[in-house]
Amino acid sequence: MSKESLKAMLWGLATAAVTALLVVAGSRNLAYFDAELIAYTFAVLFAVFAIAYRYSMWLQRPPTALYWKRGWQVFFRRRFFLPNTGRWFLRVAGDFALNRFIFRRGRLRGLAHWLIMWGCIVAVLITVPLSFGWIHFESVPGHLRDYRAYLFGFPTLAFPLHSGLGFLIYHALDFAAVVVIAGVMLAMRRRMRDHDAASLQMFGEDFLPLVILFAISVTGLMLTGSYTWMKGYAYDFITILHAITVIFGLLWLPFGKFFHIFQRPAQLGVSFYKDVGKHEEKAHCRRCDHAFTSRMKVEDLIKVERELGYNYTMADPASDHYQWFCPRCRRAMLILAQSALWGGIRGGQPIVTAALPTLPQSALGIPHIDFGPLGKEDEENFHP
Amino acid sequence: MIHLEYLDRPHSVQTAPVVCMHCDSPTCAEVCPADAIKRTADGVVQAARKPRCIACNNCVLACPFGVPKMATDLELMMKCDMCYDRTSVGKKPMCATVCPSQALFYGTEDEIERLRPNSVPVNRFQFGDQTITTQVRVMAPKTPAVEYVDVTSSLNAQAIGQDIFFNILEEPFTGGK
Ligand code: SF4
Ligand code: SF4
Repeated sequence: MSKESLKAMLWGLATAAVTALLVVAGSRNLAYFDAELIAYTFAVLFAVFAIAYRYSMWLQRPPTALYWKRGWQVFFRRRFFLPNTGRWFLRVAGDFALNRFIFRRGRLRGLAHWLIMWGCIVAVLITVPLSFGWIHFESVPGHLRDYRAYLFGFPTLAFPLHSGLGFLIYHALDFAAVVVIAGVMLAMRRRMRDHDAASLQMFGEDFLPLVILFAISVTGLMLTGSYTWMKGYAYDFITILHAITVIFGLLWLPFGKFFHIFQRPAQLGVSFYKDVGKHEEKAHCRRCDHAFTSRMKVEDLIKVERELGYNYTMADPASDHYQWFCPRCRRAMLILAQSALWGGIRGGQPIVTAALPTLPQSALGIPHIDFGPLGKEDEENFHP
Repeated sequence: MIHLEYLDRPHSVQTAPVVCMHCDSPTCAEVCPADAIKRTADGVVQAARKPRCIACNNCVLACPFGVPKMATDLELMMKCDMCYDRTSVGKKPMCATVCPSQALFYGTEDEIERLRPNSVPVNRFQFGDQTITTQVRVMAPKTPAVEYVDVTSSLNAQAIGQDIFFNILEEPFTGGK
């Protein structure tokens, strides 16, 4: 076993052990633990182990490791700490809670993701603490129509069972299921109609997660349907069916698309890195002299590339490393180099000017014929 | 998704397109902290996986050919993916389909040999000490023969005043059959 996987294995085991301890302690030594849920618990423990394992493997890749470290460093950098904290809240609200950037990619796409995400968050927030006995309900002595919720065994809010609030709490999972199903439908619709999606999608990567979410939600709703309207018809069978779908979902968490839930927060670290990069020392392209990113970014990339086994070192000490050249000059150099091969052939000759071009060279894209800059960063050729 | 660049604007109006070269060992994918860039079995380096890309710009800055673009407000890198939706079903990429001068060409080795008898496709590029080989090729003269394109040696070069062939040459896609 490699050093990396050993480390990841230890992290996985440790995280799973902590979760197991939380289950035991949170349910007051299993006093409120429902033995029927043992299969779920083991599925959760496996998922926690595998997610921690994969996360740790991922963090050990050179670019990820570096960003992880830098993300924290720039966040706590003294001059930026206060504004960073403010932006942290804005970004968590805008990017994560509202999914603004996904809505910009496509309105229906954004809506589908938003519905699935919130449905799942609500469902997980309810089911996990319930199954682990972190939350349980007891009727209030003397007020048999009132229920009290206990968090980690401590009493909290009491509410009458037959009230608006009681109905909401009691049926929160059903609402979550409906929201998830709506999102899954939208996502499925896009996957079936969109040519772009059709060419790249794969069953395991793109459809299976939707199928799993759909199956969990529908079987969950069937349980409610069974005891509400059908006098518990096939209740045990549906329970087992539901358990199978949930457990399958849990086991799938660490592998396929669901893993992005755990990777995606890295976006926050990157955004702070970019903010700081915009304000600190810039790197100027060693061909056109244009400030195209931060010095920190170039130096970090040089380090990462070396660790990955790339060697873009340049012999000329003034250039030093190819990473000091902006993307636009890279494109210009490529076509100039190809052009140079044709010097002297079939009439090709250098355009004679009095003096050779001196640095800084200009190389400008053609905004209206070119596919065009996609965003401000391309337009300015500044990529912090 | 292409770039169109002037070679040497102060001295020439000549332009050239730059597309993703689909490197055999893609720097963009390796520097990606989010594992967002995948290379298919047939050698196409795909655009960023949408759920994964965290818009860090690593690929934009590390690609030796300067290809990836950043759609900042979508938090997403975008680049040429050889029109995978088209090429995976046997069609040509859009750019090569619409290019009237055949500056971008998509076809087999035989076809380009017939069309350009005086040129050979080259797919080795030198960047300082780093050699990169690619799926996409550029056209070089047959004589004198060249083994690779030394990109960084053109740091300070001037445009050559004549036509340049910049062709895409790919193994024919079999669409997985
Ligand atoms: S040309 Fe650039 S974007 Fe394309 S595969 Fe190579 S490194 Fe990646
Ligand atoms: S911008 Fe996206 S695709 Fe490019 S390196 Fe960063 S995460 Fe990967």
